Amino acid sequence: MPALGAGPYLSPEGRMHMEFRRKDLLGIADLEAGEIRHILDTARSLKEISTRPIKKVPTLRGKTVVTMFYEPSTRTRMSFEIAAKRLSADTLNLTVAASSTVKGETLADTAANLEAMQPDLLVIRHQASGAPHYLARRLKCGVINAGDGIHEHPTQALLDLLTVEEAKGTLAGLKVAIIGDIAHSRVARSDIHAFTKMGSEVTLAGPATMLPPYLETMGVRTTCSLTEAVTGADVIMMLRLQLERMGQMFLSTLREYSAHFGLATRHLALAKDDVIIMHPGPMNRGVEISPEVADGAHSVILEQVTNGVAVRMALLYLLIGGEKEG
Amino acid sequence: MSLLITGGTVVDPAQGLEEVWDLLIEDGKIAALEPPGTIPGEGRRVVDAKGLVVAPGLIDMHVHLREPGEEYKETIETGARAAAQGGFTAVACMPNTRPVNDSSSVTRFILDQAARAGYARVYPVAAVSVGSEGQALSEYGDLKAAGAVALSEDGRPVASSLLMRRALEYAKTFGLPIISHCEDLDLRAEGVMHEGLVSLELGLWGIPAAAEEVMVFRDLNLAYLTGARLHVAHVSTFGSVQIIRWAKSVGIEVTAETAPHYFSLTDEAVRGYDTHAKVNPPLRTAEDAAAIREGLADGTLDAIASDHAPHSSLEKDVEFAAAAFGLIGLETSLGLSLKLVHEGVLTLRQLVEKMSTNPARILGVPGGSLKVGGPADVTLIGLHQGWVVDASTFASKSRNCPFNGWALRGRAVMTIVGGKIVSGEQ
Repeated sequence: MPALGAGPYLSPEGRMHMEFRRKDLLGIADLEAGEIRHILDTARSLKEISTRPIKKVPTLRGKTVVTMFYEPSTRTRMSFEIAAKRLSADTLNLTVAASSTVKGETLADTAANLEAMQPDLLVIRHQASGAPHYLARRLKCGVINAGDGIHEHPTQALLDLLTVEEAKGTLAGLKVAIIGDIAHSRVARSDIHAFTKMGSEVTLAGPATMLPPYLETMGVRTTCSLTEAVTGADVIMMLRLQLERMGQMFLSTLREYSAHFGLATRHLALAKDDVIIMHPGPMNRGVEISPEVADGAHSVILEQVTNGVAVRMALLYLLIGGEKEG
Repeated sequence: MSLLITGGTVVDPAQGLEEVWDLLIEDGKIAALEPPGTIPGEGRRVVDAKGLVVAPGLIDMHVHLREPGEEYKETIETGARAAAQGGFTAVACMPNTRPVNDSSSVTRFILDQAARAGYARVYPVAAVSVGSEGQALSEYGDLKAAGAVALSEDGRPVASSLLMRRALEYAKTFGLPIISHCEDLDLRAEGVMHEGLVSLELGLWGIPAAAEEVMVFRDLNLAYLTGARLHVAHVSTFGSVQIIRWAKSVGIEVTAETAPHYFSLTDEAVRGYDTHAKVNPPLRTAEDAAAIREGLADGTLDAIASDHAPHSSLEKDVEFAAAAFGLIGLETSLGLSLKLVHEGVLTLRQLVEKMSTNPARILGVPGGSLKVGGPADVTLIGLHQGWVVDASTFASKSRNCPFNGWALRGRAVMTIVGGKIVSGEQ
């Protein structure tokens, strides 16, 4: 492991960590709590680089990071790109419209061709759950899941953890409410794993059409009442409502959704005094979250974006920052 | 040619037989079945079956042979060879070919190809509706005359309850059973695996057990209404077993089958996004698998059929959601089913009933028994022979087998069709 400064990396607690030995980051479900801790600590130490006048360190010089996005994304792709550039990696972006997939090439062939150009890491977003896993099995280079179908979005969950821990000083014992379309949300799935692994208590809320059965078996509480979910909460995370769900019988009207599941100022009084409000973006202002709440004093939505860069720098560093033996 | 099989344990439920007897085959028929040593071996080819089970030829009543139209996945010849290898002397092939088997000409083509191939008998199952499009009834009388033994819309279930009613009535007219693939496609929606904890965690859309059960209940109601013969294909859920058990108890004319994967695997097999575990109906939970075993043991489920569904890597080596449903089963079905015998879920006699006697009865085809005068379709089974599943050695053209590497106990040692040894000749 090459040193960031000097010597083996030490966490704030002074514990020396074992090397992060994964080739890929595919989901939070696969991670141990200790690995999550390690990623968060690494992110915290790298965050400072982004505040320097010259926001660049040579750590990943000579490494190539390819981002492959089969779904539209601005924030996540930019965040990965900035993270890679701040560590001096070369980046190459492949978006679906410009790629050869429109010519009917299979995912395996596209990936094999990319790999033939010897990248060090592939960051992929794909509409099919499991697509990053499929690639990771076939490719020698590392793979980071930047969101697969309705499965996981692990880097989002990690930046959420970092944001909450910065605001609260801890993750253990916090009451976290996640509100909205759980069924279609890869953010929710990753956050459920992430927060429960780190000792938080998670409550999910939304209309029953969006709360699939068996959620409780993942170690969370569920309720159809927004009020119930936010009462006593330390953290309220609002999920983006995908507007096309209306035509698919998951909800009736936006008006009704907003009235029952939109977060407004009046709800904040029910939560802890120092509650923080989060949203993975992009927001539908006035649908799942009122502008007053989104822009209010409790909102940490932009801190999430800042931390996104730090977490992704940490992952790039941990996955391709050193020569791994064996 | 004359073939004498000596010293094996003859298990023939149709004759209430389970003891060491000798079996004489002449001119493609069972010529004699006698206590050991009573039939002279001189001038005959003698097969020493000591330590083996001599069963009426196994019949897999639910397979997909892909010909015509998708010969790159399987042909009638490779499928029939896989059948023989797996101990099956006959198979019933589903009509979802290209073109769909909705006409006597396609039915005859299948029979011609099967005759050319040899290996196993092939019984075509024809389509319920023209093109399996769920609009107009196909010509059941004509199809039966050409050799179709049943009707089905396997893979493209009948959505219209009215069409299903008319199909049952029209099939009754010609004495054909309808094999129903019970699935509410609307309720399945975008589902690609069983709806449960695993689908939730993997972020894959689920197919609820209810998508099968509501249609099982509908079709049983319609069978009751019409008095027609209904056979429920590939039962996979606890609820379906309960409903069928109830239907039988009130006298509704129904038979049902399940497939080895429903009592051998659960939805846990999908973890890792293994497309070989993508099948429809989907692999369910341990509770469902236990109910399937119970249903087999108490006779609610009459038959074990593989639902052999060959696919190439083009359909399987892709993202999970994009992969085709289906797995191959002809060469693992017996080995997996024998586990039920070894585990005490089924007696050997029950197993033979479910893999030979009952399929023959349900389809109304010859075989299913070793009665003197009947066709000499015989399967010799080495009950305790251990082997390891290696799909690369299969006779089937396809390799979509989720059991690769499994150690199984018991396999077909020899398969005889019409007095001819089609597999296992030493």
